[in-house]
Amino acid sequence: MIKYAFRRLLSTIPVLWIAVTACFFVLRLAPGGPFDGERPLPPVILKNLAIHYNLDKPLVQQYLIYVGDLLKGDLGPSFASEDFTVAQQIMIGLPYTFTIGTAAFLIAIIVGVAVGCLGALYQNKAPDYILSALILVGVVLPNFLIAPIMQLVFGIHLAWFPVGGWGDGSIKYLVLPIVVLALPHAGRISRITRGSMIEVMNQNFIRTAKAKGIGPRLTVMRHALKPAMMPVVSYLGPAASYLLTGSLVVESIFGLPGIGRYFVNAALNRDYGMVLGTVIFYMVLIVFLNLLVDIAYAWLDPKVRNR
Amino acid sequence: MSFFTKKFLASAMVGSLLAFSAHAATLNIHNGGDPTSLDPQKLSGDWENRIAGDIFEGLVTEDAKDNPVPGQAESWTISPDGKVYTFKLRDGIKWSDGQPVTAGDFVFAFQRLVDPKNAADYAYLQFTIKNAEKINKGEITDLNELGVKAIDDKTLEITLENPTPYFINALMHYTAYPLPKHVVEAKGQDWVKIGNIVTNGPYKPVEWVPGSHVTTVKNDQYYGVKDLKIDGAKFFVLEDQEAALKRYRAGEFDIMTDFPTDQYEWMKKNLPGQAHVSPFLASYYYVVNAQKPPFNDKRVRQALSMAVNREVIGPQILGTQEPAAYSWVPPGTANYGEPAYVSWKDLPYKDKVEEAKKLLKEAGFGPDHPLKAQLRYNTNDNHKRVAVAIASMWKPLGVEIELYNAETKVHYDEMQRGQVEIGRAGWIADYNDPDNFLNLLTTGVSMNYGRWSNPDYDKLIKEGNAERDIGKRAEIFKKAEQLALDDSAAIPLYYYVSKNVVSPKVEGFVDNIQDIHRTRWLSIKE
Repeated sequence: MIKYAFRRLLSTIPVLWIAVTACFFVLRLAPGGPFDGERPLPPVILKNLAIHYNLDKPLVQQYLIYVGDLLKGDLGPSFASEDFTVAQQIMIGLPYTFTIGTAAFLIAIIVGVAVGCLGALYQNKAPDYILSALILVGVVLPNFLIAPIMQLVFGIHLAWFPVGGWGDGSIKYLVLPIVVLALPHAGRISRITRGSMIEVMNQNFIRTAKAKGIGPRLTVMRHALKPAMMPVVSYLGPAASYLLTGSLVVESIFGLPGIGRYFVNAALNRDYGMVLGTVIFYMVLIVFLNLLVDIAYAWLDPKVRNR
Repeated sequence: MSFFTKKFLASAMVGSLLAFSAHAATLNIHNGGDPTSLDPQKLSGDWENRIAGDIFEGLVTEDAKDNPVPGQAESWTISPDGKVYTFKLRDGIKWSDGQPVTAGDFVFAFQRLVDPKNAADYAYLQFTIKNAEKINKGEITDLNELGVKAIDDKTLEITLENPTPYFINALMHYTAYPLPKHVVEAKGQDWVKIGNIVTNGPYKPVEWVPGSHVTTVKNDQYYGVKDLKIDGAKFFVLEDQEAALKRYRAGEFDIMTDFPTDQYEWMKKNLPGQAHVSPFLASYYYVVNAQKPPFNDKRVRQALSMAVNREVIGPQILGTQEPAAYSWVPPGTANYGEPAYVSWKDLPYKDKVEEAKKLLKEAGFGPDHPLKAQLRYNTNDNHKRVAVAIASMWKPLGVEIELYNAETKVHYDEMQRGQVEIGRAGWIADYNDPDNFLNLLTTGVSMNYGRWSNPDYDKLIKEGNAERDIGKRAEIFKKAEQLALDDSAAIPLYYYVSKNVVSPKVEGFVDNIQDIHRTRWLSIKE
């Protein structure tokens, strides 16, 4: 397993290099530069800035400088934030994004699996319909609509939670953003779980278990849940990478200092260093999460393990 | 201990410390964007100015109404030729670490500002100082050639290239703040990090969480610390104005520095007296490419300008009562008096349209030969609304407009490269003086997107800037402005308004033309 993981990690290095290279050159082809804006700078200032950031050098030389720094672990400067390097900014924003993302991820799994199992057990009965309807709301309504509604209801009218901000990091500040982030994923997980569980519950070994007189709860917990989780696990990789790289919408609306807004803002600001830095970070994270999913798959399915 | 554990423990400790030191008199400000830096020479936005102006103070500072008042300098004299300013620093002024603020700190800061290797975006604002531009261009390499000299620790002498009547106003800008030479030299680039940074303003920064907030507390070393009624401020980063308004309503913000315009009517009803809409020293305009036929024809430019019904833009299209603009320099600009206006300002709108039709016909356009043009704007709901409305106002003239929007970076890049027929632009004054607006139309400056060029205009601007007498200077400038307006150099549409929401418990908030409200002038009513 370790050898397999190591091989997988090694194979991502060329992919990462190709992505960074493509990103580097595509970014430079985009119209508009980092110092264009409503207040155009005089040529002399632009020249000084170009020299300061090596932008006056030929593009290939700039690329080689960047790759050289990258190999030393330096993600370079950010044009939009003079006091922090790209790496520092990512390290500052990461704990916030990870806290919210991890909590949302766990809640999405717990709620999604529980609701999905209930839906499967009460298939085509009232609880199934009610839960399905609620889940549908979570899946269909986008974050940018749910978040303001929750702020209005729970933050302003009921005053149960702060409307936004990180505050002192206490749980009351985190409830709304976590719920908003978790909701659509909980919905999708529950639908996948329900479908998969219904399929598993109709299989012969479950019928055998029932014939032996095992109760429905034990049947689900001991026999059905593990095989039913296979499609759910497939979904968890992309879901985790989405949640752990932060959500632009949720972080913007709740005013959280995570990394979700970095990529989009950096792309709009032509903050080359930050765009490349976030691309590298996202890719590494996605590779790592996919690896975890594969390991989980192997644990769940002996056929994969013995392959 | 893991990074995350350290990070959270640090946050928790800072949080606890702040909680212990927090009083009711902490001001929570919705500040919009994330600051680029706490280094005043690395800034370019008004949201950064709010923080910088609280933690640093220049020779001259703003009062509550944004008038210049003595800051770190207690007095100054100006030489008879208007070129040499001699400042006497206050007694006992100190940095937040207790070190004295000296004239040498100002010399150091100005030299660092214009040093090309530091690449300060806004260095050009102090190009009126002798040799500043030459040093910044690399034509002079000796920084000591800059016209800023410390006569002794308490006396600073600044020599200008030419007499500059607005120089005192320019000294209020953050590019003129001093820097703690002893810290910058010791810490290098890291001088500005929390824990290293020392400041000379009423407050000092104690926490910065990028993307969230900057926290300041009273600077005990500040000469006026006893008069400060607010213990500190939290400047929150939040660009989503709808979300900011909700947080304001929940009491999480005391001041909002902008608000969604479509909520203005609701706020007037539900938050009476809290939404402040006030004239602002900024202008919203369209440029017309004067180098490109048919827009190089003055009649075409004038027709387009005349056919815009400016009176409906503020009240009906934007909803925040932005005043219609018929002058290039906004009314209320210092050192100027009443600006010049377009000659047709007071005509009824119907007559303006008729006149515009006539002008277009003379220029060879009509129903069988419509004028086709592209109107470019940077992506934004308000810009779109205005553009759609104006395109429909031009329709009766037989003008066919193609709307084209692009993200801000692309829009301005294309504008600067002259790839524009008609384009949206805006200008917020750096300093309160007509020169700051009139300069936008001089030949060859980066901001002259329409590339309108008139040697007489350029001559008048030069002449005005060389004139020491404020009254005479204003007259010369007004001639220049009239010339530009008569030639329809650009199409001014409306003057911006500042939009703040201020909690009833905040006192001392005075609406002013540059929308500058330093925390030191405010207080919180319990």
